[in-house]
Amino acid sequence: MFKRPRSTDDFAEEIKAHLELEADELKREGLSEAESRRRARLNFGNVRVAQERFYLRKRMVWFDNLVRDMQFAMRQLVRNPGFASTAIIVLALGMGVSVAIFGFVDAALLQPLPYANPGRLMSVNESYTESPRWPLSYPDYLDWQRLNTSFSSLDIFSDTGYLLRTPSGIEPVPAERVSGGFFQTLGVHPMLGRDFYPGENRPGGPNVLLLSYGAWLHRFGAQKGAVGQTVDLDGRAFTIIGVLPREFSFAPSGNAEFWVPFNSFSTHEKMRTFNNFWGIGRLRDGVTISVALAEMSTIAKQLQQQYAVAGPSLSASVVPLSEVMIGDVRPILLALLGGAGLLLLIACVNVGSLVLVRSESRRREIAVRGALGATPARLMRQFVAEGLLLAGFGSLAGVIVAIGAMKLLGSLVPKDMASNMPFLGGVGLNAHTGSFAAVVALLAALLVTATPTLRLSLHDVRDGLGDGDRGAAGQLWRRLGANLVVVELAIAAVLLAVAGLLGQSLYRLLHVPLGFDPNHLATVQVMAPDTIYKSDEQTVGLYREVVRRVSSLPGVESAGMTSMLPAQCDCAIDRIQIPGRPYLGEHNDVDERIVSAEYLSTLKATLVRGRLFTEDDDASKPGVAVINQALARKYFPGQNPVGQRIANEESGRPSMWEIVGVVNDVREGPLDVDIPPAEYLTINQTPNNYFILAVRTRQDAAMLLPMLVHTLHQINPDLALSDEATLNEKIDGTQAALLHRFSAWLVGGFAAIALVLGLVGLYGVISYSVSQRTREIGVRMALGAQRGSVYRLVIRQAGWLTVAGLAIGLVCSVGASMLIRKLLFGIQAWDPITLGGVAVLLGLASMAASFLPARRAASVNPVEALRAE
Amino acid sequence: MPSQKNADDRIALLQGTLDLLILKTLVQGSCHGQGVARSIQRQSEEVFFVDHGSLYLALQRLEDKKWISAKWGVSENNRKARFYSLTPKGREQLVQKASEWQRLTRAMGLILGSSEGLPGEGA
Repeated sequence: MFKRPRSTDDFAEEIKAHLELEADELKREGLSEAESRRRARLNFGNVRVAQERFYLRKRMVWFDNLVRDMQFAMRQLVRNPGFASTAIIVLALGMGVSVAIFGFVDAALLQPLPYANPGRLMSVNESYTESPRWPLSYPDYLDWQRLNTSFSSLDIFSDTGYLLRTPSGIEPVPAERVSGGFFQTLGVHPMLGRDFYPGENRPGGPNVLLLSYGAWLHRFGAQKGAVGQTVDLDGRAFTIIGVLPREFSFAPSGNAEFWVPFNSFSTHEKMRTFNNFWGIGRLRDGVTISVALAEMSTIAKQLQQQYAVAGPSLSASVVPLSEVMIGDVRPILLALLGGAGLLLLIACVNVGSLVLVRSESRRREIAVRGALGATPARLMRQFVAEGLLLAGFGSLAGVIVAIGAMKLLGSLVPKDMASNMPFLGGVGLNAHTGSFAAVVALLAALLVTATPTLRLSLHDVRDGLGDGDRGAAGQLWRRLGANLVVVELAIAAVLLAVAGLLGQSLYRLLHVPLGFDPNHLATVQVMAPDTIYKSDEQTVGLYREVVRRVSSLPGVESAGMTSMLPAQCDCAIDRIQIPGRPYLGEHNDVDERIVSAEYLSTLKATLVRGRLFTEDDDASKPGVAVINQALARKYFPGQNPVGQRIANEESGRPSMWEIVGVVNDVREGPLDVDIPPAEYLTINQTPNNYFILAVRTRQDAAMLLPMLVHTLHQINPDLALSDEATLNEKIDGTQAALLHRFSAWLVGGFAAIALVLGLVGLYGVISYSVSQRTREIGVRMALGAQRGSVYRLVIRQAGWLTVAGLAIGLVCSVGASMLIRKLLFGIQAWDPITLGGVAVLLGLASMAASFLPARRAASVNPVEALRAE
Repeated sequence: MPSQKNADDRIALLQGTLDLLILKTLVQGSCHGQGVARSIQRQSEEVFFVDHGSLYLALQRLEDKKWISAKWGVSENNRKARFYSLTPKGREQLVQKASEWQRLTRAMGLILGSSEGLPGEGA
């Protein structure tokens, strides 16, 4: 049983009892009442010392003092909630952001790739001047593998996709084809089942696959029995032989669900000029990258000569795999980390300055306590306690901010980019970020406690009593603090300006003229299995059926099909020639869209000349094309393009198309680039098993999506449907929109924090200055200065700092905006409205921040200020 | 503070001896702090001066070590007092410490006894 320690009161009681007993005894020995009491006390010695010794026994004095200092500091903070909360918020912001950014840096740059001995893994590929990393062809790979001595193993991988049959229909699924030793090279072992057997890699090998952990979880309910089952991919049965471990990811493959060995090749995949396979290799021990590179380059040149491969002269590229996986994000992350570190530093100094302002206002209290016998060490300890408490609360709040910020930033990363950044999964509060947070918290505590204690030690206690001090330390701090505030305000101005520009870019980007009406458009991607739709007639029949059934759905105005939705991507490029004009092999690149007769009218694109497609434009008629104005302008300037012809190689066959109409510029390419020339061909003349259905609805397009899927599956349950979304969702999700949104939010967040920090810094410096000038202000008021002029005095000082910060900041922001002008859209780096807005915002905020100390200055009571003399 | 008059005649207690004296005193039955102080002083024929503060701390120390136990009671003259008594563990300690002490005094006696021929003594 635990016995409660004896209380000091009980001990005091015992001593009291002792004194009484002793007095009784002395009285019995014949002394008087008073004398016996006196003697009893005298005999006992110092009662207080005994009590103190009792109290101190088994106790760590310093800890006791610490607790008391903490309690005192806590009371001080509670008494000044404004000061405490400002300091804690500032620290939390500075720390939260830096820990969050570090979380990304750590996950991306510091934690090794999840493979065995990842430092020896190389990305091994071909290379030529214009394309430093160029995939291998399969014959080249086999030769490289056979000839090289630098790598203990060399493997290849290539993206692919399959149509997976599921109980609810057919679904397109991303997959990866890899050579047999791929996982051995990486040093990854399946967590269930087995890796590929050597024979499974050879042409004609069995249909086997490994599941990604995600696919195992979502498609097979994480059941061990999944291994050994078969899945239907593209109408062929594949046996699942294993499941990859949870931590496995391979950035270049994105979110591939099935991993299939290379054992069947199309005709062109067997060609030496079909470069479609990316290589990875594990360096042999003792072989350096440069040695490997030299060897592979020699092999590449030799093969080019041997097989007389035309084109640019080939060599090899050998780069660490980690470089390929995270190379792009490294500079961005390091820049962000630097910025976050800077914010943290400013935050700490600001909190230090706030603590200083408070210590200044408590100078007399400290002096009195010093005079009453508190040692300087003890006084300093109290400031340390206060700083520690602030840093502790700030850090705690900072960790919360960091967790939130990491989640937010992670969710802001565009999805396409995220699948190439497997490290995003590792971002969060873990041992690394936790210890980084601890270090940051320690540094913050050091800075916050060092500032006022430094000040205190420079300060003679006796001066404090006299209240006459305006010593060198104060001057130094004022000058340093003022300069710091100018820098802080300048940084805030730069970030605000850039954030403003990015925000406006985002707005303009999302409101750019599209050339069509994106509202009320429901879209779905359709893949018709070529095992069912074998002939062009069958496929065209499917188109007609789809349009007929969908158009008759309630709430549908019209429906059309395209090979690619607008505003997504400047791709599916076709190279055209104009018959009758000399052709010198120039690159006449245009966007090619294969559309159904109703598609352009469904988009509400406007016809400028000629006609749109009709259902009669089919395979039995000569080829027809519709072009956009950009194409007309570029290739038929000053002419009527209708009736002219363009030529291309359609599906490998030289083809000729008569232009029958011109439409206005529909934004086929991404939002942030100029509208490229575009040609529209009709789907009935160039059928394809893959198409996107676009449906114009009368009400909310999203409501139609389930019905659309249902109807398509009614037509044929084997149609593989994916990406059901409204066109507006698709546009919001494009790389251009996401990139602009991400950067606007990121810079906006930084700007907001910089603004808060700048204002707190300004407040701190002005408050400090006011506290130093209390007596001067008192004299001025005694001599008749009005409160208004005191306000002006203080605000003028703040005004100068603000103007200086703004001036520097605005000049720098034009420079900074020029640096990021690639991210700007429809707005100039020196946009006067943005810069003016920043100036007004920062000016007003600064006035607000300096108003509080100004009011304190104006409310100085001259009598009291002077009585201190 | 010792009473001024005979302060010089008294011997400050050696470290550790106080514990032994307390244990020895309590072997005769439970007693309060003031009684222990008086008893030590009286039995040593007023040679020892017991600093009362130290005594109470020593009592507390012995209580913490569970050599003695304490409880509040009423003294013979009807005063509230904290009474201490030996625990079995304390009794063991007393035997052990007493024999240690005797060996120490014997050794000291031997050394001091053989120093008769010292120059100061013979002169």
